[in-house]
Amino acid sequence: MTIDQRGPALPDGRGEVSAAVIAHLRGEGTPLPDARAAAGADPYGDDLQLALYVCYEPHYRGFAGVDDAVEWDPALLAARALLEARFLDALRRDAARGHGVDEAVDDLLVEPLHGTGVSHHLQEEGRLWQLREYAAQRSLYHLKEADPHAWVLPRLWGRAKAGMAAVEFDEFGGGRAERVHARLFADLMADLGLDTAYGRYLNAASAPTLATVNLMSLCGLHRSLRGALVGHFATLEITSSPASRRLALAMQRAGAGPAAELFYTEHVEADAVHEQVVRHEVIGGLLEQEPHLAPDVVFGIDATVFLEDRFGEDLLGHWRAGRSSLRTPLDGPATVSVGPEPDSD
Amino acid sequence: MPNDPSDKPRRIRVRREGPVLVEGPVEVVLEDGTSAVSDRCVVALCTCRRSRTYPWCDTSHRHRA
Repeated sequence: MTIDQRGPALPDGRGEVSAAVIAHLRGEGTPLPDARAAAGADPYGDDLQLALYVCYEPHYRGFAGVDDAVEWDPALLAARALLEARFLDALRRDAARGHGVDEAVDDLLVEPLHGTGVSHHLQEEGRLWQLREYAAQRSLYHLKEADPHAWVLPRLWGRAKAGMAAVEFDEFGGGRAERVHARLFADLMADLGLDTAYGRYLNAASAPTLATVNLMSLCGLHRSLRGALVGHFATLEITSSPASRRLALAMQRAGAGPAAELFYTEHVEADAVHEQVVRHEVIGGLLEQEPHLAPDVVFGIDATVFLEDRFGEDLLGHWRAGRSSLRTPLDGPATVSVGPEPDSD
Repeated sequence: MPNDPSDKPRRIRVRREGPVLVEGPVEVVLEDGTSAVSDRCVVALCTCRRSRTYPWCDTSHRHRA
């Protein structure tokens, strides 16, 4: 299978702010969002989150028909800074739980006896159409899995750098292209009958999904947020292994296919290792060298938990109401369930 | 295995809780004579015996609440 490496099409705007950013990338010469527009946008809403996502994407794969040089367009960077400040201020206000690094990490290490999150739902009663929606939403991250985190490497040294590089090496397949985690996710998508093209589901993705990815780009691109990036990455790695176990079972139950199961069984084992390395070497090493970054590490953890919870609640809320969590429905055998069905609708 | 003076000792990290971390690749020979191989650069070996992917850690040692 070949993964499409051309940039995706620019998405459709979701309001004044995102429409202005997209028009700018299209070269229409229209004004970019100003401070008033940024201040008026919901920091977690579709309009601001899509605008921010579109501002970040030139740092990854860009968009079809958009000049690569737009990545360092000063006007675009200035507009992005306004949107980032709006998002960051909201996260600092809403996500903080007022604890230290050890408490924050210990909280992540406790597994609930009766979990109620999205992975629990999918394991226990997930339908195939819900697994497909979950994969389409998550594809915004997993098709560039570990990419935003690679940006932190030049900002670390010593144990933190060595640990981070070891984990990233594993994420990028340990030297084997067919084992790159983003590639394994594309294989999962193919098993689920989804389009594996990068950015294919950008128009369909919800604002809470965009926000989880924007947090990574934000922390990855700013050296001043290196502590937050490390806290964010630790949160993903610590919570991933048990959740991946549940998702592997969900894929198996739904008969999704071998590649769909493999993506998650690989993460059960890989992330059990990554958790240890990230906690002891990356967080431990960073704070040994730069102890003043402890509050930033905690912010990265809290912001990630907060946004992941919003993402999960949004999905479950739509599904409980019998509705799609996506802005545009999936093509293909979307609502045909395979495997044992839970109670009738 | 014969000792080569140029070999560095393999580093193994032991912690009070959680898996033992070994520099990979490793081959683990199990009681029944079968072996499991991992070529990760760091391998987490289960020590609590609760792992469903034994001998590899799957975080089953975690506290539940």
